[in-house]
Amino acid sequence: MKRVYVNEDRCLGCHLCEYYCAFANSGESDMAKTFKLDKNPVPRITVEELDGVSFAVQCRQCTAHPCVKGCITGALSFDDGIIRIDDSRCVGCYTCVLSCPYGCIVIDEKNGGKTITKCELCTRNAAGEPACVSGCINGAIVFEERGED
Amino acid sequence: MPVNFFPARFEVLRNPDKCIKCRACERQCSNEVHYYDSDYDKMLANESKCVDCQRCVCICPTGALKIRKNENSFNESVNYTQQVMIENYRQAESGGVLLSSMGTPKDYPVYWDKMLINASQVTNPPIDPLREPMETKVFLGKKPTAIEKNPDGSIKTELPPHLELNVPIMFSAMSYGSISKNAHESLARAAEELGTYYNTGEGGLHKDFYQYGANTIVQVASGRFGVFKGYLDAGAAIEIKMGQGAKPGIGGHLPGAKIREDVSRTRMIPMGTDAISPAPHHDIYSIEDLRQLIFSLKEATDYSKPVIVKIAAVHNVAAIASGIARSGADVIAIDGFRGGTGAAPTRIRDNVGIPIELALASVDQRLRDEGIRNEVSIVVGGSVRSSSDAVKAFALGADAIYIGTPALLALGCHLCRSCHEGKCNWGIATQRPDLVKRLNPDLGYKRLVNLVHAWDHEIKEMMGGMGINSIEALKGNRLMLRGVGLTQKELDILGIQHAGE
Repeated sequence: MKRVYVNEDRCLGCHLCEYYCAFANSGESDMAKTFKLDKNPVPRITVEELDGVSFAVQCRQCTAHPCVKGCITGALSFDDGIIRIDDSRCVGCYTCVLSCPYGCIVIDEKNGGKTITKCELCTRNAAGEPACVSGCINGAIVFEERGED
Repeated sequence: MPVNFFPARFEVLRNPDKCIKCRACERQCSNEVHYYDSDYDKMLANESKCVDCQRCVCICPTGALKIRKNENSFNESVNYTQQVMIENYRQAESGGVLLSSMGTPKDYPVYWDKMLINASQVTNPPIDPLREPMETKVFLGKKPTAIEKNPDGSIKTELPPHLELNVPIMFSAMSYGSISKNAHESLARAAEELGTYYNTGEGGLHKDFYQYGANTIVQVASGRFGVFKGYLDAGAAIEIKMGQGAKPGIGGHLPGAKIREDVSRTRMIPMGTDAISPAPHHDIYSIEDLRQLIFSLKEATDYSKPVIVKIAAVHNVAAIASGIARSGADVIAIDGFRGGTGAAPTRIRDNVGIPIELALASVDQRLRDEGIRNEVSIVVGGSVRSSSDAVKAFALGADAIYIGTPALLALGCHLCRSCHEGKCNWGIATQRPDLVKRLNPDLGYKRLVNLVHAWDHEIKEMMGGMGINSIEALKGNRLMLRGVGLTQKELDILGIQHAGE
């Protein structure tokens, strides 16, 4: 499966991936408008940094997917290598938030935290290639097949 | 605080309708221009620190930023321009020599732009490089002047050592120290892929880059940094640096702050000490002394590698080149006064040396007049800005060109001319690890390869237009050039006719 990989030696900690992610998932056509009108566009990717080391983290689409296993309503599913979220079923219990070992399930502040959201590799928006990958200014985030399950 | 005599050089224009306060500009500005003010809830800028490197403009996700020259104007005259006034204010403040980087920004004539290239019509058909063979491969080194035969009548095929270039373009000397490791890696990998050469400069060769030795020219400069047998053996050719176009007659000074662990190891000097290259080579005070060094280096490498002697283009460059050609050098590299530098005293950069076009023409002519043109190849650098400059250089007699500034442009340089401050926002002229990281060699080397491929295509197109199908046939073919707006003296030196003649 093609996945998103991050090279911390290349990550500059500019946080632009977060903005490109939030924009891609906002449904808006203009980036400035997204952030001007919508007070809480939610990025599904977060840049972690400490002592000069930085890297972006988003859902690994892991085959173990404890989030899917723990989901009490069946809102999360693992389908074709992507962990997907069905908003209509999510009741906002946050079991997945607690169970994700990478801290990659994001509470959707946009609707008052009633549901969660997560990276679905930009398959549900118009970005095409994951927006964090195309937006990374230093090629630190790549979307490629590495033959890992 | 005493009154500041001059304003910020640049203005930061931020479109509030577009700025989303992502603060990427703030995080990426090593000069600490941008900052977020929580009381105003907006981004502000300390414009006095801006060097116009354009990093923030290029990364701003909404295109909200513009940097432009501060239009505040002094009551300047043609004689005392604002620039001259500011330089005097700066010196009155610091008491020091003014430092500058990259090529001179001053308005000297650019002779490349006053020469036009010929094209074939009717009687001598042009060649389509996409359909017919077109050769841009060149060899640098001594060329035999006559065919020699062995006693049995067979032809002697042994030649002095040569450099084989798939494209007539090499990356000029930029030391590890003046530029970052990632910049060097990009150059080395690009040279390997292109089948050409990059040049270590005087900073030695980092241990990680010995693997690119077959595409490396190792430099021996007056400071002798990082020079040892293994270094000489590693390269494909050895270059003795006598001078640099941007700062003829003076040495170099890499500040101790840039001598971190890796640079210290590579240069073989203690960490934190200033790396000072003397103005002269202390063992070279004559052509005979130069000959001794050339042959010491040849002896050390079993006469297996060509030796290049690099000089700055200065007033009597033709006589100097003649001496070098007789001293045993295989290649002469001439660096013009508009060439770049990582740091040079401003007055030297802006006032010393001569244009490369005139230097090249006079050297080529002198060596031909003396019948020693085949003894050496000529490589020119120092502001060859495009493939058309390169074609004109070949027509004036160059065997190949060195590009420095265009290579840096390919890596992201925006010519802010602040290399000497060591805070390059593009990760090129810096040793700060967080900044070096910004130049990703995986992306950088591809851009270099693209640039040289593009130039190579254009060179072929222009040669095809002239009905010429190899660099060898273009070299020194001054009938292919015509001058525009030049005086008779300039035309005589360039050895070309005026347009219309």
